[in-house]
Amino acid sequence: MTTTTTGGARPGATAPPGPAAKAKAKARHDGHGVRGSTRTFWLFAGPFLAGLLLFVYVPVGWSFYLSLFQAQNTVAPTKFVGLDNYADILTEGPFTDSLWTFTLFALIVVPLTYVLALALALLVHRISVARAFFRSVFFIPTACSYVVASMVWKLSIFNGVRFGLANTVLGWFGIEPIAWIGTVSPPWYWMVLVTLRLWLQLGFYMILFLAALQQIPKELYEAAWTDGARPGWQTFRHITLPQLRTTSVAVVLLMLIAAYQAFDEFYNLLPNTPYARPPLVYLYYTALGQGQDFGHGSAGALVLSALITMVTLLQGRIFGFGKADR
Amino acid sequence: MSPEQNHSTPFGRRSFLRASGTVAAAGFLAACGGNTGRGGSTGGKAISQWYHQYGEAGTQQAALRYAKAYTKADVSVQWIPGDYASKLSSGLVSSNGPDVFEFHPDVQMAKSGQIVPLDDIIADVKSDFTDKDLAANSVDGKVYGIRMIDDPQFLYYRKSLLEKAGVQPPTTFDELIDASRKLDKGGVKGLYLGLKAGSDILASPLVWATGSELLTADHKVAFDTPATVEGLKKMRELYTSKTLLLGAPTDWFDPSAFIQGLTAMQWCGLWAMPGIQKALGDDFGIVPLPGIGSTGRPVVYNGGWSTYVSAKAKDVDAAKAFVKWLWIEQTKLQEDWCTSYGFHIPPRKSLAAKATKLQSGTAAEAVKLFGTNGHYDDPYWTQAMMTISQDMVNNAVVSGKNPESEVAKARTRVEAELKKIA
Repeated sequence: MTTTTTGGARPGATAPPGPAAKAKAKARHDGHGVRGSTRTFWLFAGPFLAGLLLFVYVPVGWSFYLSLFQAQNTVAPTKFVGLDNYADILTEGPFTDSLWTFTLFALIVVPLTYVLALALALLVHRISVARAFFRSVFFIPTACSYVVASMVWKLSIFNGVRFGLANTVLGWFGIEPIAWIGTVSPPWYWMVLVTLRLWLQLGFYMILFLAALQQIPKELYEAAWTDGARPGWQTFRHITLPQLRTTSVAVVLLMLIAAYQAFDEFYNLLPNTPYARPPLVYLYYTALGQGQDFGHGSAGALVLSALITMVTLLQGRIFGFGKADR
Repeated sequence: MSPEQNHSTPFGRRSFLRASGTVAAAGFLAACGGNTGRGGSTGGKAISQWYHQYGEAGTQQAALRYAKAYTKADVSVQWIPGDYASKLSSGLVSSNGPDVFEFHPDVQMAKSGQIVPLDDIIADVKSDFTDKDLAANSVDGKVYGIRMIDDPQFLYYRKSLLEKAGVQPPTTFDELIDASRKLDKGGVKGLYLGLKAGSDILASPLVWATGSELLTADHKVAFDTPATVEGLKKMRELYTSKTLLLGAPTDWFDPSAFIQGLTAMQWCGLWAMPGIQKALGDDFGIVPLPGIGSTGRPVVYNGGWSTYVSAKAKDVDAAKAFVKWLWIEQTKLQEDWCTSYGFHIPPRKSLAAKATKLQSGTAAEAVKLFGTNGHYDDPYWTQAMMTISQDMVNNAVVSGKNPESEVAKARTRVEAELKKIA
């Protein structure tokens, strides 16, 4: 016996889907896709967001809460004092003095780092021999710990006695040894602090500039030369620098924030001296080192955060951060 | 080799996890028992004891040996280099702090309940401690710390260099300035007061040397006197003489600068004396910080350390029992701690009388100076107040700011601190 199959579906076979069924399946498929993507997003971003919430936003919130209380030798509030901690911080002297210290530090370090990192990037960009070697050589100090570098600067290079490296060199010219980190007038300690930061950071910013330099189309320079511009300062002034605008804004922003966060070199070179005490060192000693005053420490930390935010926004406004290059 | 066997290579997933787990567990166990030096368990009680890093060779080994000798609990020793105060501070507000630790007397720690009174364990031998040592560790009549060592500090001077320069050991502050000037020659500086030019370690002694006090007996500001202003001016005169050694490789508490001939005089503690004797023989002497002005008096600053029990200790009674065993009952160990490495004066009168190493030569002179001119920390002069007074001295002496206004500013800030502990 044979079975006729013509004109009918076999039992158990699936009918070809019609347009409505196709649309339904597509919607179901898309729904699965969206849900799948959402799940994947939360799978990957969730732990990070939870960490951010738990270790950043909750402490910041707690810090604000704590700043309204007296919290001596405890991270639990004891007595509500309103804005007293803020008033104390902003009027007692050491904190405002520390703001001047880091402002001066930023005013010295930021322009110097910018100019030298850019100069270094231009040099490394131009050379054709051993380019990778020079990139590595200048970048390697970035990997060095601030603490280790501070110790080398303090104990070896800028050791204040006659056998310090810098003093040995001065001795060759008959110059008396200088107590580099021990003298306030003249303030030689700035030399130690600034050279240390330059050595540690120049390589990093050089790499950022180098990446940006490599993105500038050669045609721009060729067009400029065709129009009569001379290679050198003219092309740098009218081609290179404008093309680096976005990178420059980002670099200055990073350098400024890094200057605000100065801690390690001050802490290790000049621990808790009032003439060289940036805000983070002050807050460290207030909250942890000796004072154990977490109310004042929290108030100071929030004032500092607000200041950094304001300066960052102001800088973005002035330099047009985020605007497209013309 | 079967496929199953193939999956069981040392690099297989299960093997890797098994191996990692074993290593992690071993590491965890090692960390738990680290620094005890003990082989077996002692009934499950565990005590964490913190020390700052002493500079004298052998002290860490001694601390470990004492911990090992205690049989009623596992005592793990944390030997903390660097900024001990900060590490301790964060430890005490968290749950990861020590059960037993050494520190300086501070009313804030007692008032905020970070440490527990130890009157019960010291009761039997209280009279064997000096009144000053007990007072330095007492808040509201309760004893919170057991003194471990008394560490007098003074000016060390090189006899040969003073003789060569025709200088007598200074007995007044003017003589000290003069001596520093005369001794500053031939690559040797006159005096070393540390990396902060004495503005840290001499902040309190400077006030005492003028005849003033930091606080009154009822805990009010007492340092804002004309004598203190005069003291700051004299200290500024010394600083601007340019005869101070600045920027040395090590700070005032290390005698290296003095031993290496970088300076003719140095402020340092009794603990450094064995090292100095070894390096210089008898070619050194000591004097107190000379008095300043007509109301002045010589000052020997007593540093030292005391042991405390954290209120957050896992087992406060077990921690107190260990402190009683080590710093009350084990007199041999206390003597060893005080005299076998650096020199320290045992706080127990009975032990101090027996400490033969402190009964002759310059060490005996140190004990005598300590007895006649010793000044102790006041527990009500908190760590925050110390920073304030150090800022006052630094601003007036190193930065050359007006001493009157610096004293006034410091007074305002100290009064604010006093309000917090009222």
